[in-house]
Amino acid sequence: MTANGWLQFALFCLILLASVRPVGIYLARVLEGERTWLSPLLRPIERLIYKLCGVKAGQEMNWREYAFAVLGFSAVSMVLTYAIERLQNFLPWNPQHLAAVGPDLAWNTAASFTTNTNWQSYTPESTMSYLTQMAGLATHNFWSAAVGIAVAVALIRGIKRTSSGTIGNFWVDMTRTLLYVLLPASIIGALLMVVQGVPENLSAYTTAHTLEGQAQTIAQGPVASQEVIKMLGTNGGGFFNANSAHPFENPTPFTNLFQIFLIFVIPAGLTYTLGRMTGSPGHGWAVLAAMFVLFAAGFTTVYWAESHPHLLIHGAAQTGSLTAPAGNMEGKEVRNGIAASSLFATITTDASCGAVNGMHDSFTPLGGMVVLINIMMGEVVFGGVGSGLYGILIMVVLAVFIAGLMVGRTPEYLGKKIEAYDVKMSMLYVLIFPLIILSLTAAFVMAPNIGLSSLNNQGPHGLTEILYAFTSGAGNNGSAFAGLNANTWWYNVALGWDMLFGRLFMMIPVLALAGNLAMKKSVPPSPGTFPVNGSLFTVLLVGVIVILSALTFFPALSLGPILEHLQLHAGQLF
Amino acid sequence: MHSVWKTSIRFTLVTALLLGLGYPLLVTGIAKAVFPHQAGGSLIQLNDGTVIGSELLAQSFVSDRYFHPRPSAAGNGYDATASGGTNLAQSSKTLVTRIQGDIDKLAAANPGKPVPIDLVTTSASGLDPDITPDAAYYQVPRVAKARSLSEEAVRNLVAQQITPRQLGILGEPRINVLALNRALDNLAK
Repeated sequence: MTANGWLQFALFCLILLASVRPVGIYLARVLEGERTWLSPLLRPIERLIYKLCGVKAGQEMNWREYAFAVLGFSAVSMVLTYAIERLQNFLPWNPQHLAAVGPDLAWNTAASFTTNTNWQSYTPESTMSYLTQMAGLATHNFWSAAVGIAVAVALIRGIKRTSSGTIGNFWVDMTRTLLYVLLPASIIGALLMVVQGVPENLSAYTTAHTLEGQAQTIAQGPVASQEVIKMLGTNGGGFFNANSAHPFENPTPFTNLFQIFLIFVIPAGLTYTLGRMTGSPGHGWAVLAAMFVLFAAGFTTVYWAESHPHLLIHGAAQTGSLTAPAGNMEGKEVRNGIAASSLFATITTDASCGAVNGMHDSFTPLGGMVVLINIMMGEVVFGGVGSGLYGILIMVVLAVFIAGLMVGRTPEYLGKKIEAYDVKMSMLYVLIFPLIILSLTAAFVMAPNIGLSSLNNQGPHGLTEILYAFTSGAGNNGSAFAGLNANTWWYNVALGWDMLFGRLFMMIPVLALAGNLAMKKSVPPSPGTFPVNGSLFTVLLVGVIVILSALTFFPALSLGPILEHLQLHAGQLF
Repeated sequence: MHSVWKTSIRFTLVTALLLGLGYPLLVTGIAKAVFPHQAGGSLIQLNDGTVIGSELLAQSFVSDRYFHPRPSAAGNGYDATASGGTNLAQSSKTLVTRIQGDIDKLAAANPGKPVPIDLVTTSASGLDPDITPDAAYYQVPRVAKARSLSEEAVRNLVAQQITPRQLGILGEPRINVLALNRALDNLAK
């Protein structure tokens, strides 16, 4: 670990913290239908979209209608992507004449991008045409991010409203998020990326003749436009196989900082939106503080683990100097070094982004374990755009419930009584997640010809590869221990369901909770009310998140990364 | 229910046109007009029009006369249509054997000096254009000998080619191998 590494971490934290309030206020204004400085330009386009789509903007929905709209839109947009993939050989913008995508891979990819996961079983530069990348995949980067924000704001409305049957209009929330937030930010961000060297063209691949006289075919394409929304929407699906490690996706240390900022900016801002819309700014900051504690702890551990030399390698300079980084450089890029690679890995798994600038499969056992735990905590440490906020609000409900049990009173949350139905929905959310992950992992670990045959590494690390895949899918993260060959019929189909269940089955309890909370009357706070701001609450919230995930996943982790770490230190290789 | 499907279909199509075609084509148009070099992949073109590579991507160098990039796991090596790493675990016998073998090979030509770790580990993309300054200095004796140049001249060239941390803080100091090798060719002229 170096002083400069910590300086980069500190700089990132400062920039992020400075953005929270302005971003949070802007998001609140957009989602409450207020005027913003972009309104003169965008309001006519907004009205045109409502007209073309037959949306009655003034009409509010109850939670069931809202959920049906989410499901209907997800289904239709998923079918569109599937169709584009299957037909790409007949469609324009395919200068490399790539063949149609096979049915199981097309299913997996359509599910993956619809659910904001962006798990990639394929090598994009040799599989997906430019049209598929732009209209089939990058569109979902916008849509799935907007869906996440819509569901989160529906839950906030549920908390805020009293005796109300409705929680907003899904189509209005979608349209305003896309038009006022994601699209303008993407246009500016994409051009900034181009300045730094990210390509943006529709040309065929170029063949170069190298200084030593060899031919090198250089894949390119409309990279920058996809790159920015891939990070801002916490999607993570790379234009190239190496994702943000590829010098075309992430050419400079500055783009690296910009990318990790884009991952966290909306999830962090939404905590302020929560505080502002519910009239309790202290609560928003307390939630943000809990996220920050877990984020800082994760980064510290990964950075520490990755800075260690490999004990079984001799004769190499692994201790580091002013002009060379120390530690584990397998699967990392020189321009990022250990610090910026560790920071990126922590952030991309804290948020459900899943872009990578280094190969997690080659991380040290403990570094790899922390990024896996980040996903296992339920993608609530900042989390995906929207999904991180509604995820952590479920944890908040449970924390308040546990506090209520301890003092023996009916728990309250921002003036709402938390009753049996609310806790049931929250527990459903919490239980679906490990149920999907652990049962699918168990099934594939027990199947030698289907599950184990895809492994790239043996021993305990092999178990971690499979566990990571299903955790990443259900958590809608999309990063991978990428040695695992997941482009097989069984993995493609199973991971497709893994991602859909992890997204849609978890959104429905959230919307049910939102609908139920909205109908309740407000109760004034009493001396027995557990305060949901301040450091005591932050500690309780962190405790609930850590204990819940530790109890669920510790057995699996002890057989994977923990065992690998102990055996590696005893000199055992596989 | 009927109206949900209808609205879903219409909303999907309208926004797909806006986000899936309008947005990328707008960005492509602006990028190509204002930043044509970067938008085109930062290609290096000679005066006769031949493209010799991209500033941003590693290419293979095996001759003693050139500095070597990091080993590559992209395709069969430095394949810019198949980026990626080895994804081998730290506990992998294959990985440790490979790294140790490379170290021993390099050490035989340059005994007594520890090998910079980035020179024997594959990058995440397989196209990492950079090596650390240490890794470049390590190769100076070999390159100087093959080109019959003084080690000092080559060492000075390396020092000139170091890209410092961006804005003084971000990333790590590094050397672009292709740029260094081109400078080396110019030096010989």
